[in-house]
Amino acid sequence: MSSESKFGEYGGQYVPEALMPAIEELTDAYQRYVLDNEDGFMDEFRERLRDFGGRPTPLQRADRLSERYDRDVYLKREDLLHGGAHKLNNALGQVLLAKYMGKERIVAETGAGQHGTATAMACAYLDMDCEIYMGRTDINRQRPNVFRMRIHDAEVNPVDIGSGTLKEAINETMRDWATNVEDTHYVIGSIVGPHPFPRMVRDFQSVISEEAREQIREQAGRLPDSVVACAGGGSNTMGTFHEFVGDEDVDLVAVEAGGSSLTIEEDEGLAPHSASLSTGDEGVLHGARTKLLQSTDGQILESHSVSAGLDYSGVGPELAHLADEGRVRPVNVGDDAALEAFHRLSKMEGIIPALESSHALAYLEENPDELGDLVVLNVSGRGDKDLDTVIEESDKRNLDAAPTMEVFEHGE
Amino acid sequence: MGSEIRNAFADDPALVSYVAAGDPDAESTKEYVRALVRGGTDVVELGLPFSEPIAEGPTIQQAIRRALDAGMTPDRYFDLVAELREEVDVPLVCMTYYNLIYQYDAGDGREGPEPFVAAAAEAGISGIIVPDLPVDESDPLKDACKKHGLDLVFIVAPTTTDERLDRMLDRASGFVYVQGRLGTTGARSDVSDDTHGSLDRLAETDLPKAVGFGISERGHAREIVAGGADGIIVGSAFVDIVAEQDDAADRLEAKARELKQGALAGAPDLPEPEGK
Repeated sequence: MSSESKFGEYGGQYVPEALMPAIEELTDAYQRYVLDNEDGFMDEFRERLRDFGGRPTPLQRADRLSERYDRDVYLKREDLLHGGAHKLNNALGQVLLAKYMGKERIVAETGAGQHGTATAMACAYLDMDCEIYMGRTDINRQRPNVFRMRIHDAEVNPVDIGSGTLKEAINETMRDWATNVEDTHYVIGSIVGPHPFPRMVRDFQSVISEEAREQIREQAGRLPDSVVACAGGGSNTMGTFHEFVGDEDVDLVAVEAGGSSLTIEEDEGLAPHSASLSTGDEGVLHGARTKLLQSTDGQILESHSVSAGLDYSGVGPELAHLADEGRVRPVNVGDDAALEAFHRLSKMEGIIPALESSHALAYLEENPDELGDLVVLNVSGRGDKDLDTVIEESDKRNLDAAPTMEVFEHGE
Repeated sequence: MGSEIRNAFADDPALVSYVAAGDPDAESTKEYVRALVRGGTDVVELGLPFSEPIAEGPTIQQAIRRALDAGMTPDRYFDLVAELREEVDVPLVCMTYYNLIYQYDAGDGREGPEPFVAAAAEAGISGIIVPDLPVDESDPLKDACKKHGLDLVFIVAPTTTDERLDRMLDRASGFVYVQGRLGTTGARSDVSDDTHGSLDRLAETDLPKAVGFGISERGHAREIVAGGADGIIVGSAFVDIVAEQDDAADRLEAKARELKQGALAGAPDLPEPEGK
């Protein structure tokens, strides 16, 4: 068991004792239902992903981007999944699993609100009670998603402590789980946390790469030279990479949020970025050993990104391991480049990408020659949820690429 | 084995008192520990603050935040412990989270559990409790504790299975920390049935059993000791007093005395003093 709980040195189960029996129960359920397809669990999951979720999502050749970069660029359209992001793959899997396990209540944390929304949606669909924890800062920058969760009848509990972002929301959800562990399942939203979450979430998300690998072979007649995905905690990243990991010639590029700078302000307890995979140190957070943004003493630093969904001080242990092995190439791009990429794709292809996905697109703009002739890039979600942030941040930067609303606001 | 912590449970039901080191500053912590010892505290659990205390409720979480904001670090913590050991002779137990142990840098190229425990031992720490380190991940720390003569204390939860309990008892020393209820730390107004269940399961264990999570009044202390515990662990009730600041030292001493007396009242048949 312990070897399975680790990816090299990373992973493990570092949680309070009160949670260990629940984690053992979940590990057992993961083995039976997900890995062994007991009672046809995986068949039902796939069927519901198709009928409720709208899978498979298209792999679309982006003609104007292809022309701009003089290579073939294909976009995996997870923004077209029900709910507007890849998050549903995992949320639906876990809520269904909790039902199979006989749990009555779901708790979850959310950063950007996409995972919270997907969980609330899956709970409404599968008739489960649902409570979501969300940092106050994130609530303020993702209001439409808060309302969407409430529309689906989920409770949204604001978390005021610390910076009021994802890290604090995870702490709070762990506390709720520790209190109500007997009838409650915690739907972790990324490939982080104690075993079996990193593996299980990856398995639910790997439908992305399963489809993409088949689609690119069908449409382009071969495997891509590179696969590009943004990385926060890393669920869409591993979901996009998983089926390509064995294809050694395919370059797997994980694009992190470089924020406003790659420095660390240790006195402030702050990293003005979220690039834990490219710059972090090994440590233990939220149940797993992984790469973290931390001070020399081991205190966890607040992270930053213009994109709430990437704003996390850690990263999935499997990605940390694959990066050490050299199989995954961690890179990062800054807030400004991500914003510009957001406007570029909206203008050139008629797709409004999530700010998270915009990081992957920004890397493509900055380093097209490093990605080969055939590129698959995951558009992890749609950007409607980010419009308030984009308007504010584009104004602040006087971004030429951004449309101005001034003429309408001050017109007669 | 003559563990200093174990000896603290030998004569009568022990009061284990928690404060966060450096809340609101190091000098105050020293004053508060002295007051708790005057009030009858047998073991002091001194929290080494970590930024993500997932096992704590709001009271201790805020105390940890105050201590971090005031600049507490592992090295300053060890200095504080060394100073305290010159003044008080009750054992001091370090309560912290695993990342601080894992990340500890001795400054001479060594990192991790061994140098952390070495530094703790040198400062005068007698035992360690790590709420996010389950028994399955504990071997490196256990080995280091063995090498330096420190006790490693494990927390038994109401949900702990018999199999896990056996694994824990194999490795535990000093005392067994019985988590009185599910959830996080924090003062409550009643004693949970879970407490009685856990104590029954541990009846055959020869390590002292101390119950924590939610104890704040004399009556709880009495009931828990009457139910078979060898001691009580109190944190949030003390941290509340620290947070309010007014007459904190005197009130801590009085609160400790109240709880110690409650514990004594729960054990009417105290064994005769040693040497009889």
